[in-house]
Amino acid sequence: MSDKSFSIIGNYKTKNTVEKVAHVIFVTCGLIAVVAVFSITLYMIISGAPAIFKVGLKDILFGTEWKPTAAHPSYGILYVILTSIIGTAMAIAIGVPIGLMTAVFLAETAPKRIANIVRPAVELLAGIPSVVYGLLGILILSPLIYKIELALYKNSPGHQFTGGSNLITAVLVLAIMILPTVINISESALKSVPSHYKHASLALGASHIQTIFKVIIPAAKSGIVTAIVLGVGRAIGEAMAINMVAGNGVNLPFPFSSVRFLTTAVVSEMGYASGTHKQVLFTIGLVLFVFIMLINLVLNKIMKGGKKDADI
Amino acid sequence: MKKIKKMVVLLLTVVMMAGALSACGSKTDTKADNNDNTKTSVTTAAGGKLSGTITLAGSTSMEKLANAAAEAFMGKYPDVQVTPQFTGSSAGIEALLSKSVDIGNSSRSLKDEEKSKGAVENIVAIDGIAVIVDKANTVANVTKDQLAKIYKGEIKNWKELGGADQPIVVIGREAGSGTRDAFEELLGIKDACKYSNEINSTGGVYSKVLKTPGSIGYVSLDVLDDTVNAVSVDNVKPTEENVKSRTYLLSRPFVMATNGEISKQSALVQAFFEYMKSAEGKELIKSVGLVTVD
Repeated sequence: MSDKSFSIIGNYKTKNTVEKVAHVIFVTCGLIAVVAVFSITLYMIISGAPAIFKVGLKDILFGTEWKPTAAHPSYGILYVILTSIIGTAMAIAIGVPIGLMTAVFLAETAPKRIANIVRPAVELLAGIPSVVYGLLGILILSPLIYKIELALYKNSPGHQFTGGSNLITAVLVLAIMILPTVINISESALKSVPSHYKHASLALGASHIQTIFKVIIPAAKSGIVTAIVLGVGRAIGEAMAINMVAGNGVNLPFPFSSVRFLTTAVVSEMGYASGTHKQVLFTIGLVLFVFIMLINLVLNKIMKGGKKDADI
Repeated sequence: MKKIKKMVVLLLTVVMMAGALSACGSKTDTKADNNDNTKTSVTTAAGGKLSGTITLAGSTSMEKLANAAAEAFMGKYPDVQVTPQFTGSSAGIEALLSKSVDIGNSSRSLKDEEKSKGAVENIVAIDGIAVIVDKANTVANVTKDQLAKIYKGEIKNWKELGGADQPIVVIGREAGSGTRDAFEELLGIKDACKYSNEINSTGGVYSKVLKTPGSIGYVSLDVLDDTVNAVSVDNVKPTEENVKSRTYLLSRPFVMATNGEISKQSALVQAFFEYMKSAEGKELIKSVGLVTVD
């Protein structure tokens, strides 16, 4: 008899309670995400703010000396911030063209059989844990990059050799890590371009390649930009993999310098840090959090813009 | 309906914030409590069953040892509360001399000044740091001065030390690490080091040195094996014997100082030191990577 109460014949009252209970459950579940975001924001501000007052915002953001355990400690993270920005930009510069071309290949030119191999491979790439990327970086990339470093800086005794743990290795690892994000989102953007655009272009005598670069990619622009921004988000927030390959010295981000990213600055020293040192690490977390928020704001703007385009 | 929803979200946020704030408040409260506890309350129950509180304060380098010892001792005597704090060696001895703790942890020998005020040096373990290079490196010995120069970035190539023409990759631990602290302090190069790699674990340093030709790193003595070369410092090999005899430069004592001789301490503190000297205690000392005294 129980199924009767859920049927159309069931009386109005039971139906109404089921509706209401379900509604409450949905609202509660939905609120969990809201609560999580609010509590994280609040926690970041509460734990990151004390050091700002103690050390001074200017000294933290624009200081170039990171000596947290010295007798006269200094907590400047300018190089760390620069590393995060430049490292991410370089990873995007390498990863996005490759990712976009792969997406074009999958969406437009790939024979079905090959696409059926490439697509699962990309999906698998997305599922690989970041620590595995880090291991590959240490085992394969690092020694390779060190050989290049040895050759390049043979005659410059002033260079501090990094043993292959440097910005360029980290950037290469990051570039590979953002590939799946870029590929998947740009592919669906390319696929959602109305087919009559393509047909019209082909009918006017444009070649397939011309159509791709002059019509389809421009039409999928907002989707591709979304892919790039999400790629930036992934790259700037990655910690584990680059902690293993970046070298972790606080230096200006030159390709063959050992560098420290915002994420790795927190990860590598959290274990034994105490007092102001620990609080500054939280502040670094807060800076990272602000970066991520900015990226999200940009993303929201783009998504809204994209919708307007689609309406026309 | 929309207005109600907005209200609900707003209300929840407010509740959340209040909760978070009050949580912070309570945190500081417990800290205050801990400080009160430092005024010791040692009571030895009749019948030999130990109960009460032992407080330790001092060296952050001894955190691993003190925590492990506290845990093991409390496991053995469930009625005993051992609370270690990590404030730094000098602060620990100061706290001991002002009688706010039972044991002052120090990762250096006590100064004469501290001894004259009544602190007694009880060395419970010795910390040894080995300098390692990759297997192919032919340099087998460095002097203290050379080592300091390597880490300050003044010596950049192994050929300056009679090795191959190969750049030196300087690998060390992250700021805050006890091993780094000890290493820099023993060489007198505190905060003057120019690392090319800062790795946040002993194992990480070890494997990086293992795989990087021309690299140099430092690790605690206990992880040494023959996959890397351990270099002698001032012609003394980093062995357990040399660390025990204190002839090896890169070693330091871990002192648990007491106010007056151990025999004059409370039964509880005496039991703690007895435990540290027992076979079980020695096992514990080895398990945290240290060398036992005898």
